[in-house]
Amino acid sequence: MLGYMIRRILYAIPILIGVNLITFMLFFMINTPDDMARAQLGAKQVTPQMIEAWKTEKGYDKPLFINPKASGLKKLSDTLFMQESLKLFMFDFGVSDANRDIGRDIRERMGPSLAIALPTFFIALVTNISLALLLVLFRGTVLDMSMMIIAVMIMSISGLFYIIAGQVIFSKMWHWVPISGYEPGWGAVKFVILPVLIGVFAGLGAGVRWYRSIFLEQINQDYVRTARAKGLSEISVLFGHVLGNGMLPILTGIVVVIPSLFMGSLIMESFFGIPGLGSYTIDAINAQDFAIVKAMVFLGSVLYIVGLILTDISYTLFDPRVKLS
Amino acid sequence: MRVTLLWTDMMVWVLVIALLAWGWVISRSPQVKKQWHTIFRSGIAMASAIVLLFYLCFALLDSVHMRFSAQEPVHQESSKQSVRYDGEMVSLLDLLLSQAIEHTERTYSAPFATHEYTKSVIVGKDGVTRQAYLPLKYVKHTAGESVAEDILKKSFTAILSGLAISLVLVLLHLAWNGQGPLREKIRRLLRGETALPWRTAYLTFTLLLVSFVWMYVLSHSYHVLGTDKVGGDVFYQSLKSIRTGVLIGSLTTLVMLPVSITLGISAGFFGGWIDDVIQYIYTTLNSIPGVLLIAGAVLVTQVMMDNNPQWFETTLERSDLRLLFLILILGMTSWTGLCRLLRAETLKISQVEFVTAAKAFGVSQWKIIFRHIMPNLMHIILISVVLDFSALVLAEAVLSYVGVGVDPTMYSWGNMINQARLEMAREPMVWWSLFSAFIFMFILVLAANLFSDRIQKVLDPRNNL
Repeated sequence: MLGYMIRRILYAIPILIGVNLITFMLFFMINTPDDMARAQLGAKQVTPQMIEAWKTEKGYDKPLFINPKASGLKKLSDTLFMQESLKLFMFDFGVSDANRDIGRDIRERMGPSLAIALPTFFIALVTNISLALLLVLFRGTVLDMSMMIIAVMIMSISGLFYIIAGQVIFSKMWHWVPISGYEPGWGAVKFVILPVLIGVFAGLGAGVRWYRSIFLEQINQDYVRTARAKGLSEISVLFGHVLGNGMLPILTGIVVVIPSLFMGSLIMESFFGIPGLGSYTIDAINAQDFAIVKAMVFLGSVLYIVGLILTDISYTLFDPRVKLS
Repeated sequence: MRVTLLWTDMMVWVLVIALLAWGWVISRSPQVKKQWHTIFRSGIAMASAIVLLFYLCFALLDSVHMRFSAQEPVHQESSKQSVRYDGEMVSLLDLLLSQAIEHTERTYSAPFATHEYTKSVIVGKDGVTRQAYLPLKYVKHTAGESVAEDILKKSFTAILSGLAISLVLVLLHLAWNGQGPLREKIRRLLRGETALPWRTAYLTFTLLLVSFVWMYVLSHSYHVLGTDKVGGDVFYQSLKSIRTGVLIGSLTTLVMLPVSITLGISAGFFGGWIDDVIQYIYTTLNSIPGVLLIAGAVLVTQVMMDNNPQWFETTLERSDLRLLFLILILGMTSWTGLCRLLRAETLKISQVEFVTAAKAFGVSQWKIIFRHIMPNLMHIILISVVLDFSALVLAEAVLSYVGVGVDPTMYSWGNMINQARLEMAREPMVWWSLFSAFIFMFILVLAANLFSDRIQKVLDPRNNL
């Protein structure tokens, strides 16, 4: 188990290097430091001296991949790529264009992001699974079919519609909750409740359909027939057998996204003015602040890889047939 | 007049030709033909296919662009407009809806309104300023009649002519389709005794055509879906957005399919280091959060386009180039899912007896791939293409909201929503832009989702009918 874990973590390193290479190519090769300097300085008459000064100040004055001036190992290490990637691997994200420490910003903004993402995730999980079980219990009936049609319709409406409609109805017309904003502590509840409910509802269609198909696959298995033959009621078959065995495919689907919850939701946070990582990213994209976008890309990949490892571990915990090797 | 095709126009027509070629290929295989017959036996699938085709028609109409030279007058009756068209590209759809382009008001107006939505300050003859709702410039209704009467009258003729047109088209199709006397065919159609649910198809078609003709006729004298902040006709905008939505949904597939099919099959079939490399590539790409990867790539192309203004002459070409880049980026980021599915399925098929037998007979590897593996992957490809289509149409709106979607000057549902969103605080609310964008998008995505459901039901071997 421990050996496997170590191997998995080591396997993550080439992937993270690959991620770094992609972001580096995107942000430094196509869009060279000279372009960045010109865009940042903004003025019409930018002299080469000004560009050089800006590059030195930001530390972008080194060659991209190979440094011909240095000797030995320094040829590879004293370059922009190594400098940028090493910093990221140490989780040192540098400073943003507004001269703020990105690492501290991220730590501060994680809380509000989780305040939306965690409740949405767990409430959605419970609602989707219970509704799916209900539909499986009534499979083939009018209830099942009409609910499936409603599910397709929920899926087909743009998520932006739910947000806008929710804000108009609950905040503007009925004044139940404030339209946007955030405050730390328990005061956050009134700001968080609407985005969470909208998030749960928007995912309902796709979620219920997915869980229902998982349970339906189980219901035709032999063990279910055996359980029925033993005289178990349909409900205890569902909860005792189908739900348990359906957990395995469900786990693969959900464990991988749990770490990514830290990243927050871009759309939800920016619509509701929540100072989380999602709105942080959107603001950075709009301001073309490449340092923040780069940091968020790296963070996102790390969290995704953690999710993959967690999935493997949860397999061994829940399915004794799976042996990690 | 000179026909000029933009980059994306060319890609659309390549896609259409590819689709036709594929249709011709499958029409020669009786087995595949039977599968498609089964798919269309469902009324819902038939209706959604008609809706999709309807949208596709608008996208195609909007994908033939032309330029009018400065000498030629554009229309006989409105030759003064030729100055505006000079050097500008217009599509066939623009020509069809030219009245909507000309009828640009000053500001917001509600659907079928006769006056502007907001009061403006006017100076009366006596020099006193007061606030009033100004009448709209291009709304004409017959004098001496109330607006409601006028709308009713015009709707009546419009709906009748819509019905007449669709009746003619349906009868033409009926006469062309199958053998036997026409009277007998109509009788069977009305009773719903046809092999395919043509009755549903014709009904859907009539419904779509009549509603389009109705809106089109009324759009000559009213703004059927209102106007936006700068007075642009929302009906026109919604129709123009169809091209953007359909293109992003379908062309991305055109970009993505070759990559995911080649890499997926090679990884599954050849195994070894090829498999390792391909798996490494898609795990790496997958691990980058999708929106961020797209956002990063779009930001970079934006900088690139700003540095190379010689790539495009007009704003239309500029926005088209941006759409092309967006499609390429979406294609490059979305192939991983299908690739993984194809790899797993190829691995499974490679172990089956008929492939082992072919290998033992010394059939070449390429022949095995094209004869034995590709046909067995078709259902996975098809299902994921249609599912991706609806996901991409929805994604366009979100990306435009984030600011990394299509060019802000381009008509798209995302841009419409994005602009209308700022008016939410207005009291009373300006709802029609949002509403139209959502409805147009909803119908397209719903049709795609229902169609993909049916395909999945028929083609997926795990579902036995």
